[in-house]
Amino acid sequence: MTNKEALFRYAVRMGDNSLVLGHRLSEWCGHGPQLEEDIAQANIALDLIGQARNYLTYAGEVEGKGRSEDDLAYLRTDREYLNVQLVELHKGDYAYTIARSFLFDAFHLALQQALTTSTDERLSAIAEKAVKEVTYHLRHSSEWLIRFGDGTDESHERAQNALDDLWRYTGELFVPDEAEEVLAKAGVVPDLADIRAEWSATVDRVLKEATLKRPEDGWMARGGKKGIHTEHLGPMLAEMQTLQRTYPGVEW
Amino acid sequence: MSENKEEALFQAKVDAEQKIEPKDWMPDAYRKTLVRQISQHAHSEIVGMLPEGNWITRAPSLRRKTILLAKVQDEAGHGLYLYSAAETLGTGRDEMVDQLLSGKAKYSSIFNYPTLTWADIGAVGWLVDGAAIMNQVMLCRTSYGPYARAMVRICKEESFHQRQGYDILVTLCKGTPEQKAMAQDALDRWWWPSLMMFGPSDKDSPHSAQSMKWKIKRQSNDELRQTFIDRTVSQAEFLGLKIPDDKLKWNEETQHYDWGEIDWAEFFDVIKGNGPCNKERLTARQKAHADGAWVREAAMAHAEKKMKQKAA
Amino acid sequence: MSNEKDWPLWEIFIQSKRGLDHKHVGSLHAADAQMAVENARDVYTRRNEGNSIWAVLAEHIHASKPEDQEAFFDPADDKVYRHPTFYPMPEGVKYI
Repeated sequence: MTNKEALFRYAVRMGDNSLVLGHRLSEWCGHGPQLEEDIAQANIALDLIGQARNYLTYAGEVEGKGRSEDDLAYLRTDREYLNVQLVELHKGDYAYTIARSFLFDAFHLALQQALTTSTDERLSAIAEKAVKEVTYHLRHSSEWLIRFGDGTDESHERAQNALDDLWRYTGELFVPDEAEEVLAKAGVVPDLADIRAEWSATVDRVLKEATLKRPEDGWMARGGKKGIHTEHLGPMLAEMQTLQRTYPGVEW
Repeated sequence: MSENKEEALFQAKVDAEQKIEPKDWMPDAYRKTLVRQISQHAHSEIVGMLPEGNWITRAPSLRRKTILLAKVQDEAGHGLYLYSAAETLGTGRDEMVDQLLSGKAKYSSIFNYPTLTWADIGAVGWLVDGAAIMNQVMLCRTSYGPYARAMVRICKEESFHQRQGYDILVTLCKGTPEQKAMAQDALDRWWWPSLMMFGPSDKDSPHSAQSMKWKIKRQSNDELRQTFIDRTVSQAEFLGLKIPDDKLKWNEETQHYDWGEIDWAEFFDVIKGNGPCNKERLTARQKAHADGAWVREAAMAHAEKKMKQKAA
Repeated sequence: MSNEKDWPLWEIFIQSKRGLDHKHVGSLHAADAQMAVENARDVYTRRNEGNSIWAVLAEHIHASKPEDQEAFFDPADDKVYRHPTFYPMPEGVKYI
């Protein structure tokens, strides 16, 4: 895999992660548990979709075939989506949404911080902006997870169940694919082992305060990074892409 | 001070265009009217998130997706500002929300119509927000201070809403014949319900006269509706769309458009609950509220634990 | 419908720019102070309006009463000597 191919795949992955999670969070808009929280979650979704646009635009430029952010978002099949499976899972109840966001945000922040020093100028510029956003996302999801863990019996149980369910999707975050290996070797992206250490520390710190138990590492799902997804992604993309697919090639 | 004297002083303040503030003496009926009107207005913003939210996950480009999400989020914010304003009158948000969820409180009937195509998102922004803005601009000068201040904030934010809707339609009308037909179809379905948003005709509007005297309202339903029509016709012409009213015609003498007749039977039917989506809208709000109950409780329980720890 | 109690009400004050006063912008509900500040960030500073946020529990605000208005504020009316314009300066005096 050439550096250019690797960079394309990497930018697509980063864009897909943000887009798919942003889409999932946007599903809460109008249905949140409290008006204030509805607004907060929409802000986070907006940040993520904004990041996705930056990454997909960049991916299109790296590829050099004239594909735009929308071509990449709306005209790829689920087998061409390269996000980790964690972000595509359904929105679930609010504990599930918060626990998923937390597990991803803790990873995302460590990664974006490392990317600010990337030798690739575009990646570091995008990270510069994203770090500020993701710092807030992690703060939001951590605080809510602590509220749930340390709230009522019901909220504790829901949060623990969510963590137990989601845990098997965290392994994939730290297993590099070929693109990540190529770029890490070239010093463009960080070594995922370092990110894992940081992630793990954040998880321990927050779960402790939340009085929640860190699940045991068992079997870990993987495949998202090479386009093998769960059954959740297909329907989500079918919904998202409906207009672009039904009326090909028109302006919206 | 006697009630009569208080009332005379109150009216004098209103007449002198002084704002009434939360702790001021005010007639009970003024307070009640305001709570009813402001909470209905707040409910409308919240229920109004649903028909548009319906398209966030299907918006046809990432740009449109972010715009729509930001817009629907704004509606949540506007609902919140309005609940806040109503709360200064001594009614809690929980009480107002309960009235909405039990079906006792009303909200704008327009949100009981379905958004069937992407062009509907354009039409809602252009027409529904356009009609709402007419009302809201008037309410920036309403006599109750917190309500007026909330409206000023809302109007500032709302200005992009109508434009983004019109922008969607401009794009569709410049597009393929299919896209243009989509836009026309949306206009056909949203035109009359939008005109109904201004409420019953002045002669049939029971609360209007008193609200005008108290300067809660500053312009009548019919006046606002006429201004809206006068402004919107040329916008439709620019799009090359036909407003679905055969009687619509410029009147040189009155310097206004003449237009047809609103189907008031439909209007009152939808208010009574017999609109296409009344049940769905209420069910969605009830579900969000019920599903969120444990979340709100958990946050409170955690906050109380923290307080105790701090005190100990 | 429900007996559940709503989160407490907080009054929000925003400083839009360094050096300016914090100004009351409205209120919101939050379970605790930290959440109040964050909710204020999401609700009241979506368009770059904010530089700093204060959140105060609404019940902790004490206000003067409208019926005290005359006794409180009218006595200041005739104290014109508190204003610089009360003192005519002789022609030619500068920097005062």
